[in-house]
Amino acid sequence: MTIDDRELEAAMATLLTTAPPSLAPGVLAEVGLADRYAQFESPIGPLVVAWNGIGVSAVEAAPDDATFEASHEARTGRRAIRAERLPESLGRAIGRRLAGDRRVHIDLDLRGRTDFERDVWHKALEIPRGEVRPYGWIAAEIGRPKAVRAVGSALGHNPVPLIVPCHRVVRSDGTIGQYSLGGAHNKRIILAAEGLDPDRLESEARAGIRFVGSDTTGVVCLPTCRHAQRISPAHRVPFRSMAAATAAGYRACRVCRSGSGVLAA
Amino acid sequence: MDTDDQLIAALARDLDGSFEALVLAHQDRLYSIALRMLGDGRDAEEAAQDALVRAYQALGDYPAERILELRLRPWLATIVLNLCRTRIGRRATAGRPPLSLDAAEPGTMEPPTEGRTGPAATTDRRDAGRAWAALLLTLPPAYRSAVVLRHVDGLTYPEVATALDRPEGTVKAQVHRGLAMLRTAFEAAERREREEMTA
Repeated sequence: MTIDDRELEAAMATLLTTAPPSLAPGVLAEVGLADRYAQFESPIGPLVVAWNGIGVSAVEAAPDDATFEASHEARTGRRAIRAERLPESLGRAIGRRLAGDRRVHIDLDLRGRTDFERDVWHKALEIPRGEVRPYGWIAAEIGRPKAVRAVGSALGHNPVPLIVPCHRVVRSDGTIGQYSLGGAHNKRIILAAEGLDPDRLESEARAGIRFVGSDTTGVVCLPTCRHAQRISPAHRVPFRSMAAATAAGYRACRVCRSGSGVLAA
Repeated sequence: MDTDDQLIAALARDLDGSFEALVLAHQDRLYSIALRMLGDGRDAEEAAQDALVRAYQALGDYPAERILELRLRPWLATIVLNLCRTRIGRRATAGRPPLSLDAAEPGTMEPPTEGRTGPAATTDRRDAGRAWAALLLTLPPAYRSAVVLRHVDGLTYPEVATALDRPEGTVKAQVHRGLAMLRTAFEAAERREREEMTA
């Protein structure tokens, strides 16, 4: 049997086909014009993580897909498209970050945020797992010692909680303070999961302990600094203020930079 | 003004606001080109996605005047074809066996018949499509790309020449030669099938 040119060309024309439904969302997310999202298991239960080609754009506790999609679009102007799961490498990176590995790099999509907010979030990233810092410390460290309230507000607007660990920032009086991801209760759960005892933290704060010195080294730290946590009870000297510690001949720790934020606090 | 002209004007004005329209308008053809060049659906989706992402990046770098001068259909075809070539090259170095005529299944080589409808005709068409797609993959890439752009994607000869950056005469000869090779392969498969039936 033979086949003429017209039949052959017609046969070729039937090979035009439709793209799989995942193609367009994949492209739009990759260029940052839309976001994909999927569920992620965290110490405080399932969370929604959204991402695009630029980076992670949201971490949120959402009751259902429709609620998340609506709030995400209202906040970012971008559509959120459900994905089956997080990309494997991203899931692994977030897991490692939550386990305390600060070296693992996670790109973030923080478009539309102010420089001040970015400064606050980047500073929060420096706080190690199992430690906390007061709002005033962040304000002093980013060179805006008087902007303590604005720091609190920027942390409240952190679009990627847990990844940017705003839960490690507490009130300057030492109490745990508010948390955007489901309130103070969740903040305590996360801090406890990271090895801190929130009750002890607050009871010491209530007792007026803001700094802890070692009488063998003469160094004074914030109470959760890993060096402070190593001081044995016999050598542990509590202080109410940096001024009191300095007067007693102690110098600020260079690791937790306990001297930062003293003016504001 | 055809749709692409309107789209180009919109892209020059507001890339982020109109890029989704470009994706929706061109995703099927770019996926089809990649699928017919590569033969694998997942590879094709990756190549088409990559092509559209690169198009977005390029459009973001171009000044508006340059976008307004673009001929979108051949321009996008060039991008996806280059990505397909890279993938084909990578396959060759990875030692994957090149596709051969054996990939075409005998017995399914019916040319499309007009006037048939219904589920049976759909199944036949799908089988025939698979067989033609397999035959197409046996063509050398230079011929394959010319045939795919002209007769699968439906570009004009001047557009195919632009997309492949080859003279129009060369492109015409390659399409012609490609179709001739397809016809020979088709007839050989038919003959094999007849021989098997009478054996």
